Amino acid sequence: MAYTVVGKSVRRVDAVAKVTGKAKYTDDFSERNMLVGKILHSPYAHALVKSIDVSKAKALPGVEAVLTYKDLPDIRYATAIPGIIEAIATDDVTVAELKYGTAGHPYSLEENHRDKEDRNILTRKARFVGDNIAAVVAVDDLTASKALKLIEVEYEELEVLTSTDAALKEGAPLIHDDCEGNILSSHGYEIGNLEEALQESDHVIEGEYETSIVQHCHLENQVSHAYVDSDRRIVIMTSTQIPHIVRRIVAQSLGISWGRVRVIKPYIGGGFGNKQDVCIEPLNAAMSLAVGGRPVRLELSREEAMIDTRTRHAFKFKIRTGINNDGKINGIHISAVSNTGAYASHGHSIASSGGGKFRYLYPTKALKYDPITVYTNLPVAGAMRGYGTPQIFFAFESHIEDIAKKLNLDPIEIRKKNVVKEGHVDPLSKNTIRSCSIRECIDKGRELIKWDAKKALYKNQTGDIRRGLGMACFSYASGTYPVALELAGARIVMNQDGSVQLQLGATEIGQGSDTVFAQMVSEVLGIPMYMVHVISTQDTDITPFDTGSYASRQTYVSGMAVEKAALEVKKKVLAFASSMTDIPAHLLDLKEQSVVFKDSGEKVLGLEVVAMQSYYDRVNAEPITSDVSNNARINAIPFGVTFTEVEVDMKTGKIKILEIYNVHDSGKIVNPLLAEGQVHGGVSMAIGYALSEQLLFDEKTGKPLNNNLLDYKLPTIMDTPDIGAAFVEKEDPTGPFGVKSLGEPPIVSPAPAIRNAVLDATEVAFNRIPMNPQRVFEKFKEKGLI
Amino acid sequence: MYKRIAFTVNGKAYNFEVDVRESLLDVLRSHLGFTGAKQGCGVGECGACSVLIDGVPTDTCIYLAVWADGKEIRTIEGVAEKNGELSEVQKAFVDEGAVQCGFCTPGLVLTTTALKESGKDYTREELKRELSGHLCRCTGYQNILKAAEKSLEGHVCTCVDSPHYKGE
Repeated sequence: MAYTVVGKSVRRVDAVAKVTGKAKYTDDFSERNMLVGKILHSPYAHALVKSIDVSKAKALPGVEAVLTYKDLPDIRYATAIPGIIEAIATDDVTVAELKYGTAGHPYSLEENHRDKEDRNILTRKARFVGDNIAAVVAVDDLTASKALKLIEVEYEELEVLTSTDAALKEGAPLIHDDCEGNILSSHGYEIGNLEEALQESDHVIEGEYETSIVQHCHLENQVSHAYVDSDRRIVIMTSTQIPHIVRRIVAQSLGISWGRVRVIKPYIGGGFGNKQDVCIEPLNAAMSLAVGGRPVRLELSREEAMIDTRTRHAFKFKIRTGINNDGKINGIHISAVSNTGAYASHGHSIASSGGGKFRYLYPTKALKYDPITVYTNLPVAGAMRGYGTPQIFFAFESHIEDIAKKLNLDPIEIRKKNVVKEGHVDPLSKNTIRSCSIRECIDKGRELIKWDAKKALYKNQTGDIRRGLGMACFSYASGTYPVALELAGARIVMNQDGSVQLQLGATEIGQGSDTVFAQMVSEVLGIPMYMVHVISTQDTDITPFDTGSYASRQTYVSGMAVEKAALEVKKKVLAFASSMTDIPAHLLDLKEQSVVFKDSGEKVLGLEVVAMQSYYDRVNAEPITSDVSNNARINAIPFGVTFTEVEVDMKTGKIKILEIYNVHDSGKIVNPLLAEGQVHGGVSMAIGYALSEQLLFDEKTGKPLNNNLLDYKLPTIMDTPDIGAAFVEKEDPTGPFGVKSLGEPPIVSPAPAIRNAVLDATEVAFNRIPMNPQRVFEKFKEKGLI
Repeated sequence: MYKRIAFTVNGKAYNFEVDVRESLLDVLRSHLGFTGAKQGCGVGECGACSVLIDGVPTDTCIYLAVWADGKEIRTIEGVAEKNGELSEVQKAFVDEGAVQCGFCTPGLVLTTTALKESGKDYTREELKRELSGHLCRCTGYQNILKAAEKSLEGHVCTCVDSPHYKGE
């Protein structure tokens, strides 16, 4: 379809605020006499607290409160005013004993579909280095830091389980008493008859692949402010992707009714999934309650944030694939072990989601997925951009490359032979592939990198510097349907001048959602972008309900709510104009700030005339608004491919990316400039995943070795090559304006493409990432190349 | 221990007492309200807290406030014209799509401003090196580099060795 604003690279609605320093983030706000909260982290990865003595810390001048698992304020009573507001107790347990789940998923009415509730606000059993043992509230940073040092804790050390192998060993100590074998879940799926499919195949090829623990490294660390307001309600301003879920989880963690919590989300400095979790808000609320509701600021340092928020799950895969001589895959068996660390957080959902989204790319007669998610004494793994797919696609897209090599098949042709076609219905989710341009994406990528010419050029290299080409494909999803609820809310109020305020439950986290939503409203109402005023802040007291920013669901799922809200406003405007002119509403349309005849485009009334009348007509006044909710019981599957060319220094193990292109089938692109930005960011994050990033731990003690930005090897501008972004735009019939998701997809396929290019250059298969110089050097040595 | 210091921020003079242990970032953000400077690491790794001190991009999280005595400080709040018009650098960041979450943006705009105002020529690689003290996790640096190049139009040379770095 032809659009006026949708599809244009209009300026971000928040760009000026951000380049002038006017955009306010959580810690840019302040309350008078704000106190400072700090956390005492466990130095042991697995230990019981035998005793805690806080008397010295409490005695330090300037210390307002010290909290331990023993003496968390019992909020259910602390916020009650006898005779006015009754305490609301959910059950008989104290707050200190209350366990809650932290993952930013919509609540489920089915108990067995809820996240594992395995966390206390403060614990008496440390399960990773960094676990929260105690906390202090003091007048300033320095006093709070001093007080932490005065808390005396006696620990009884337990056996430390840093690997999934150790955690799964018979007789291994239990990290959580109620979790046998340290296995959080092993739920998988099987489609068709795997053994039969493998037997029918000309070849059964096996491979093993491994990914490591990485961290989000959003520039703004977790930070929140909490206080009790004049109505005895707990107010939390926080850097989150999921304000409505934070509200629920804080209430659950404190055992109070949900309406007594108010969460405000201003601009946030990146999230990438780490803020689709509730890490600090319950403790921050408890801190404020411990000091009579006074405002308390809780900000994690970078070193804290890198171990005490969330990480990406490390996976180990074993794959068996049955394939015919012609390259047709008959059956795939994937076993996966996922390391979720000390607490469940998103837990097994990561493994399930990876296995679920993978299914769309290569439908086969038989597919068996056996994942297990295992607790260990490492930091907690949770949601991170891609949510299980970077892991499984690294494994399978490496594996299919190995198969092609082994059977002497063309790596592009083998993929083209097996990729899904439009009309395919997934046997488990029942989601239908209604648009699919993966073949066109492959062709485009092949052309961009000049695959054929370079392939011929790089045959039989022997020098110290070798070049190679690689590619890899992916499939994803737009939101979580049918796994979880996909509810989104939008509200529009038309002002007297015909401009509108747009209020959303979906959160702008840097990805540009506020801008694309404004474009949608601008498109539907025929008004310029500057007449759409987006209210960027979410406040759970005011904002429509939306589960938040995650699962690449904003443009698709929340976009549906926005389109619906705008269409309702349009309908009301036309009806009002009709009442003013006696022209039937169905003959009218909105264009260029005017009510016009649909057929001729002739102007009937200025929009501002209708808007003004809707406010002040003495008889018919009724301001035009809409307030909608949309439950998206549908999904659209985006696809894409990475093509890359690398140069490998055979003497030092250094891998240099010469060219890299991501080509995406994300349906209609609402804003090409912002879309490219998503691709750039995702690809660069994936380059770090492939080549340099890895959180390291001492194997014996579980102590982190590089939880800072210097030693972690986050790519700088000098480490990042030029990144090419391209799109094959085919509108998906289900999405608003034909869109499919794009936020997470760019991170999925670059790592295996880089790995495959290194294989092409060197004949060495790296089945474990990152391929940092040390690991490459060691492997070259092992292979006798050095 | 407190010490009286005097400096200017965006042309306005300040004269007051600071705790000698406080960083310039703390003083700018908490006492003076210049919240455009962000804290991303607190130890000089990420560049989000950069301001210009006598024209030089500096990480204020590891720069003591007392060291700023007698200096001219420029923060992101002082980059646009007084009438609100964006500077060339700010316009370039907006137009090139160099902004996503925006947390690293103030520091990058300031460093680019310093490069532009230096009047020196830079190769693309040198430009990258000058900007490499700023970490960004959203953009993959692509559009940031484009914005910086556009800001320095006429000062980005294609020669391999610019005079700027000779002898290093």
